Amino acid sequence: MTIKLGVPSKGRLMEKTFDWFGARGVQLSRTGSDREYAGAVEGVDGVELVLLSAGEIPRELAAGRIHLGVTGTDLIREKLGQWEQQVQELAELGFGHADLIIAVPGCWADVDTLDDLDAAAAAFRAEHGFRLRIATKYHRLVREYLMDAGVADYQLVDSQGATEGTIKNLTAEAVADITSTGDTLRANHLKILDDAVVLQSQATLFRSRVAQMTDAERGGMAALLETLGLGG
Amino acid sequence: MDQKARVKTRAAELSARFQAAGAVPVETPLLLPAEVLLDLYGEDIRGRAYVTSDALRGEQMLRPDFTVPVVQMHMAHGAEPARYTYAGEVFRRQEDDAARANEYMQVGYEVFDRENPAAADAEVFAVVKEALGDVPVRAATGDIGILAAAVAGLDTTERRKKALARHIWRPRRFKALLDRFSGRAEMPASRAKLLAADAPLDHGYPDIGVRTQAEVAARIDWLREDAQAAPISAMQVELIEALLAVRETLPNALEHIRDLAVDMPAISEAAYRLRDRIAAMDARGVDVNTLGFEASYGRTSMEYYDGFVFGFTVEGRADLPPVATGGRYDALTQVLGQGREIPAVGGVIRPGLLVDLEDAA
Repeated sequence: MTIKLGVPSKGRLMEKTFDWFGARGVQLSRTGSDREYAGAVEGVDGVELVLLSAGEIPRELAAGRIHLGVTGTDLIREKLGQWEQQVQELAELGFGHADLIIAVPGCWADVDTLDDLDAAAAAFRAEHGFRLRIATKYHRLVREYLMDAGVADYQLVDSQGATEGTIKNLTAEAVADITSTGDTLRANHLKILDDAVVLQSQATLFRSRVAQMTDAERGGMAALLETLGLGG
Repeated sequence: MDQKARVKTRAAELSARFQAAGAVPVETPLLLPAEVLLDLYGEDIRGRAYVTSDALRGEQMLRPDFTVPVVQMHMAHGAEPARYTYAGEVFRRQEDDAARANEYMQVGYEVFDRENPAAADAEVFAVVKEALGDVPVRAATGDIGILAAAVAGLDTTERRKKALARHIWRPRRFKALLDRFSGRAEMPASRAKLLAADAPLDHGYPDIGVRTQAEVAARIDWLREDAQAAPISAMQVELIEALLAVRETLPNALEHIRDLAVDMPAISEAAYRLRDRIAAMDARGVDVNTLGFEASYGRTSMEYYDGFVFGFTVEGRADLPPVATGGRYDALTQVLGQGREIPAVGGVIRPGLLVDLEDAA
């Protein structure tokens, strides 16, 4: 019986997560070959490392298949309805900072705010006969944000990657995407709307509210959180 | 009998009642082409309806309500005047409240009649109200047409009026626009900078995307023109706000709106329509003296309603959705009628909620 800890399986997010736990006395590491998603935990007993894609961690937490998981706030909020009832935020890890923003072509000299975007969308629809397209993979977050702000005459089109390129490819007029430095946006001749931060995200340790635990696992969880300085 | 069967039986009783009132029963498909609904409601509908697709027909939506297919059916081959009733399941995506049903029955009553709108409004309201019987519900009414008339009558540019009319159903943006057009809100720094620029199109960015530089230039021209236009007067803004705040019994609301019409003559016609409707409701035996009227009612939830609106909610249960809702949707028939239109008004009851209320009584 072990506590299952889900951690992103590759890249900087994995390394930074390992560093964060390491600094608190829990050594996480990958074992076996580079291609094998297996890991080891030292410094605390009864904890198993599960390496997953960051995008799958919200679902695994909500299903109770892992007890703890590290992923971005953006993914939790996009993928889980009523997320607060399914997972609990234990700690912000201080890296993986990214904002979900809305960006438009820099050549739209007349558009800098949501108010402008809304007015441009109305004119665009009248001119072209279809709603202004915003490419994103964060459908729920962006829709709720724009609905709340009272923006009309747009439509979301799905883009699971290379979102910044959709405008040049004429498959969207604007994008809603995660950015940390804005470099990719600038390279694609886009500018961020002044007043449209949909969400500020960072890597966060979440606890599943639905995962079952035996008494022994409960003890293991308490010991782990104690070691991490999150007890009490 | 299990609950679902009981709800179906209750729905059949309601439908029989509506047929006795003169409505012809109609059926509509469960799967509707997503394009029509998306075109009407925009992206918001995706948050409320289930979307599915196949390679042949493209995106389809599980029927989120009956109004659109019934209007389409009528516009395609309906005789006038017409009364329809329908009973069946609708599907609503629920992402934030697991307690809300994502599949439930609706029974509706719709009137397509160009002769006497006041009488048709009163008829739908009275027929729905009578069908609800003695269950403890509170009725509220409103009229989107009065606000629309007030906006159309503002002493300002056509473009500003059009922008405000477009957002009648989005109170937050409506208020933001009104604040901007009346000079109550400061212009954002980015707008001031744009207006001050000699050559805003010399921005140094390559021209990418479908939206052309001509479209950008056209909007900048409009913004410049708008910056020259006089602000909407404080008095007119106050009148709109006073109108939006009207929340009284029907006769008092009518008096109040008539008082406002002295300074806002544009709403006089709409006030006459309200008066005629009250008289028609009274003639139908509705106790208008205790019936509530809220000028803002229906602004957030019912985009296709553009005149009379009403709803019946369970007293003391703000957590429950309304047991019945309805209203006038003349503009919807124009959009779906492809050049033809007919004044239309209708209402729906949720028999599932009605059965629960009857059980609790």
